Amino acid sequence: MTPLVGVALVALLTIVLYAILGGADFGGGVWDLLATGPRRSEQRDAVSHAIGPVWEANHVWLIFAIVTMFTCFPLAFADIATNLSAPLSFALVGIVLRGAAFIFRNYAKVASPFARAWTAVFGIASLLTPFWFGDSVGALATGRYAWLSPFALSVGVFALVACAQIAAIFLTDEVQDERLRNDFRRRAIGATFALWIVGAIPALIARFAEPSLFAALITPRAAIPITCAILLGLIVALALHRGAWQFARIAVGAEALAILAGWFGAQAPALVPGRITLADAAASDAMLTAFLIAVAAGAVFLIPSLFLLFAVFKGPRSSA
Amino acid sequence: MDHVLAARAQMGTSLAFHIVFAALGVALPLLVFAAEGMWLRTRDRAYYDLARSWGKGMAILFAVGAVSGTILSFELGLLWPGFMRFAGGIIGLPFSLEGFAFFIEAIFIGLYLYGWDRLSPRAHWLTALPIAISGPVSASFITMANAWMQMPTGFRLVNGKVTDVHPFTAMFAEPWLVEVIHATLASFVFTGFATAAVCAFAWLRGDRRAQVVAGLRIAMIMGAIAIPTQIIVGDIIARFDAEKQPAKFAAMEAVYHTQRGAPITIGGIAHADHIDGAIKIPKALSILVGGNTTAEVTGLDHVPADEHPPVFLTHLSFDAMVGSGSALLLIAVMWLVTVVRRRELPRWLGIALVAGAPLALIALEAGWCVTEFGRQPWIAHGLLRTTDAATIAPGVDIAFYVFSFIYIVLAATCWWLLRQVDGEARP
Repeated sequence: MTPLVGVALVALLTIVLYAILGGADFGGGVWDLLATGPRRSEQRDAVSHAIGPVWEANHVWLIFAIVTMFTCFPLAFADIATNLSAPLSFALVGIVLRGAAFIFRNYAKVASPFARAWTAVFGIASLLTPFWFGDSVGALATGRYAWLSPFALSVGVFALVACAQIAAIFLTDEVQDERLRNDFRRRAIGATFALWIVGAIPALIARFAEPSLFAALITPRAAIPITCAILLGLIVALALHRGAWQFARIAVGAEALAILAGWFGAQAPALVPGRITLADAAASDAMLTAFLIAVAAGAVFLIPSLFLLFAVFKGPRSSA
Repeated sequence: MDHVLAARAQMGTSLAFHIVFAALGVALPLLVFAAEGMWLRTRDRAYYDLARSWGKGMAILFAVGAVSGTILSFELGLLWPGFMRFAGGIIGLPFSLEGFAFFIEAIFIGLYLYGWDRLSPRAHWLTALPIAISGPVSASFITMANAWMQMPTGFRLVNGKVTDVHPFTAMFAEPWLVEVIHATLASFVFTGFATAAVCAFAWLRGDRRAQVVAGLRIAMIMGAIAIPTQIIVGDIIARFDAEKQPAKFAAMEAVYHTQRGAPITIGGIAHADHIDGAIKIPKALSILVGGNTTAEVTGLDHVPADEHPPVFLTHLSFDAMVGSGSALLLIAVMWLVTVVRRRELPRWLGIALVAGAPLALIALEAGWCVTEFGRQPWIAHGLLRTTDAATIAPGVDIAFYVFSFIYIVLAATCWWLLRQVDGEARP
């Protein structure tokens, strides 16, 4: 295995983990914004409870993805940051306001105007980041950095709904109260169906407006994972219907992985299709090797710590 | 606004904001760890209350530090793509390692803040330790990247192309150790004095609860150890700069011409080629740098005029740093005298301790300004100019206004919320 392959695998893993774990936290914010009905405040408490201990750790996957990018693919990092500065800045505003608003409202007096205002900011900011990151991915995939193209914008909507779906399923599994669980279950099923619909839109747009991208999407290495993702969506819906919460949780993780694999499959080995490949953008082998050594050394500390965090807060006895 | 100026303004504002939260993130966990440890040892409720109240502050400050740090990681690309294209593949290693240190901080802060009811008291206390260690480690890695910008190393330039990269050499650029020690101590100075000021403020308003007294003592122990150490380290760094970064040193001390028997120049208005209204202590700089009255001090004339750092800003920042640092030392000494004599805190000293917070803030910000203004006009010294590294993307000026507005809102909210949290802790 060359260092480049190793680094590419680390980068992909980082993106997958951020998309699922960080995505679920942003999705939680979406359900906070959309909290309705008689159990509105309980729904919000459930969101706070679920993301409170883990969101900062989940957020670090993003930092790590950025660092990996500029350390190992500095040319692509500079090119992307220059050409997608607008959508990335919008996503950044979302990140800053979401994180700050979450902590502000949690440490404010319950039901004060201050808490209400920051709760609203928390919910709205949680929409921004998934949408604009999705848009950036879509823009990247066009190869022209066309972040205002219908395709990129439709990927933004898709990413937002996907985050909401993951969050609803995680919340369904994590809450204890049956009525609350039912609230999130209905949201999870709704989001799963919504994801099929908003998933079809970028595919249709690509068919008519992005011919080279569409050609890449129907090659087997993209089409197979995308088909898997559609089928996994069905399995998720079925598991939710049958009350198999933990199974739904695993299935939605697999679904997200399949969606991302479809994206990677359509693009690889290009970082920016038609412009920059992984190999073009890569730093020297010395740097890539040093990076992998740093990852190996860091993992020695990271893996047991992450295990501890999730065992304490997300383990079987965690809700006791 | 010119796009380079807009980029510099935005980066400067972002760093000036983040450095406060970063410094508290480095040192506050140690105060929390000490307070909770004292509670476990003595079972004195005051220490428990102290740990709870500092812990809440830590939660808010850490979250704002995490998001403002994220802004910076984006800005490396959004504002300085030219620098990252050139340097990312050389100096990425400490950033990568910092990623892991930040991970450990974020994981254990989650465990600490939400683990009160889920972990045994001892286990809970111990979750603060990895935060207290990974904070300084994380900041050190970032400082190491800064050291490289000051004195780039670990690669060769052949026909303008970077080759023969040695990432581990680049990570340990010559100023790394002095910079890391200086920056870490700065965090301890700032956190110690700022926390002590909060306690002293409560004390002045008549709050004599045991937790206020204990908090003041723990925080001042940190401040009183850190400030004299910092001044000694500062002296070492000044001599390091005089030898290794003469242009920066000359700008700090406003030395225009290379000379023997150079004076120390305090205050004044520094222009590009002379200084007005400064106090001069004859021969003192030569003694400080070379140990005798005739030692040669390199002046700004050593480098071409278009490579001069901005003398006015660098010299002003340097004076502000040294001045406020000296004032902090004086406060620490007066506090120590009171403690040793077992006297009750006099009111004037309480006021001085409250003044310690803005002084420590000035020392922190000005110190960072010295090193960054002193590096100009280079972003990577001798290799890449700041003007050549800035982005060409449109809208940098708009982004500057938007993010500045966000910083004002966050700072105001933090201030207000921390006062609420502090108020809640009172009966």
